[in-house]
Amino acid sequence: MNILVCAKQVPNTNEVKIDPVKGTLIREGVESILNPDDANALEEALRLKDQYEDVKVTVLSMGPPQADDMLRECLAMGADEAVLVSDKAFGGADTWATSNTISAAIKKAGSFDIIFAGRQAIDGDTAQVGPQIAEKLGLPQITYVQSFELDGDTVTVQRQLENGYEVIRVKTPVLLTAVKELNQPRYMNVKGIYDAYKKEIPVWGIDDIPVEKEVVGLKASPTKVFRSFTPAPKGKGVMLEGPAREKVANLINNLQKQHII
Amino acid sequence: MENRNEYRNVWVYAEQRQGAITPVVYELLGEGKKIAEKTGSELCAFLIGSNVASLAGELIEYGAEKVYLAESPLLEYYTTDGYAKVLSDAIKEYKPEIVLYGATHIGRDLAPRIAARVNTGLTADCTKLEVDPEDKKLMQTRPAFGGNLMATIVCPDHRPQMSTVRPGVMEKAARNSDNKGSVIQVDMQLEPADIRTEVIEIVKHKKDMVSLVDANFIVSGGKGLGCADGFAMLRQLAEVLGGTVGASRAAVDAGWIDHANQVGQTGTTVKPTIYFACGISGAIQHLAGMSESDIIIAINKNPMAPIFDIADYGIVGDVNEVVPMLIEAFTQYNGEKEFA
Repeated sequence: MNILVCAKQVPNTNEVKIDPVKGTLIREGVESILNPDDANALEEALRLKDQYEDVKVTVLSMGPPQADDMLRECLAMGADEAVLVSDKAFGGADTWATSNTISAAIKKAGSFDIIFAGRQAIDGDTAQVGPQIAEKLGLPQITYVQSFELDGDTVTVQRQLENGYEVIRVKTPVLLTAVKELNQPRYMNVKGIYDAYKKEIPVWGIDDIPVEKEVVGLKASPTKVFRSFTPAPKGKGVMLEGPAREKVANLINNLQKQHII
Repeated sequence: MENRNEYRNVWVYAEQRQGAITPVVYELLGEGKKIAEKTGSELCAFLIGSNVASLAGELIEYGAEKVYLAESPLLEYYTTDGYAKVLSDAIKEYKPEIVLYGATHIGRDLAPRIAARVNTGLTADCTKLEVDPEDKKLMQTRPAFGGNLMATIVCPDHRPQMSTVRPGVMEKAARNSDNKGSVIQVDMQLEPADIRTEVIEIVKHKKDMVSLVDANFIVSGGKGLGCADGFAMLRQLAEVLGGTVGASRAAVDAGWIDHANQVGQTGTTVKPTIYFACGISGAIQHLAGMSESDIIIAINKNPMAPIFDIADYGIVGDVNEVVPMLIEAFTQYNGEKEFA
């Protein structure tokens, strides 16, 4: 069984700060991590490898050369192979152009029974690339997967909804996107880390994958960033003073005066 | 790209589940109406399902001038394959200029698949939509980097322009039973074999309170509550107010309360009349989901907690002391109101 995992290296957005003068993101010193939902995607693939014989897990990522670090982390967790899709021509792409690149790279990488991806990446939070890869590969998709079972070529999953979940059945091949409730990702192990640095991670550029140059990168992207800005802070509110009981009484008074209650 | 001018009208994907319109649709109709007026076009709703024709009248009362109706027993449950085929075929045929979806677990599954099929752009989780006064293009604003940065996205050369819109952010359309509109039956070519996934079961969590998105009053708790029992106290305050309970990610991760109650970047976005933040420090991911509340009341032991920067009223103190006092005060207030 061949399994592919789509992974993205992202800045740890919990650490991202805004330059108060320039109003831009400060990315220096911010660590890069394996996107959290993608770690759940990889874990589920590795569990299949633990459970069945002849399972090969390949991790594929599109990103800058330094994403090699993240792919080695995936190998150290237990993936068999990793591929980095990297070329300046792919840069600045929106989800439409990104999925053109990644789906072409997947075609080159082989044929897969299951493709796991994270639901969304924490830098963009769009949740669009997974479904768009599925569309371009002609595969069925199930997003927000919170539980997964495989029986022969039949996959049964719980798909998370806002107020519950649905149970969905599908035959492989299929693309699934993982949410954090799916599992608890494992840590790298020492032998894995050692082996990971001996493995070669191929880097595929635009001439290595079956894709038209006109459908990748910034220029081909249907959406453009018109402007970006930092959210305006709200005006300072009222800090209520005095003993706790007085604060509560003052609060009720104020809300009445404002006709809130 | 074919001629952009062939594309007209604003479409709202009228998401329904088990025959009930998803609340965000009313917000999309409210926002869609403004956009249709500014672009000089019609507001249309696109309704997919089985035996859902009765909902068309409701969509018209909420402002849709046309309702496209796609009905088939094959469409009883939402499936990506079935719904994406019907809606993308219709987009290719009728050529809407703008298509809006709720950024729900269904909208965020359907819209990207359609965008890939009809080869256009899609902007996720928009919190603001505007029309460029000069060229009438749609300006779609969304948070990125965990809400640290806002980006305004445009789709200049591809049509339709498509957005998913975060629930709870836009103003609901007003309902008017005098509204008139037409219903258009959509011709479909849909075979059972087109749908590769099978919905076996839909399981709903038991809900004893109003949903977060609909609540006027939300009492939310965070790590500062100290333990899971703190939520019992918050539930009591929510009951007195006729509201519901929310939570920060930290409280959900601690296992004190279900993910369904989570407010913020990876949870639900809310816009209640009053939002109580009890023992919530105010991480930017949390603020992203509640900062649009009319009134924010923060209770926290730490006077330096960032939640106080956006609070309308701040109480520095122990939640376990202050919340019971609030329960008492609001109970008394309710009593006085009743006899006034």
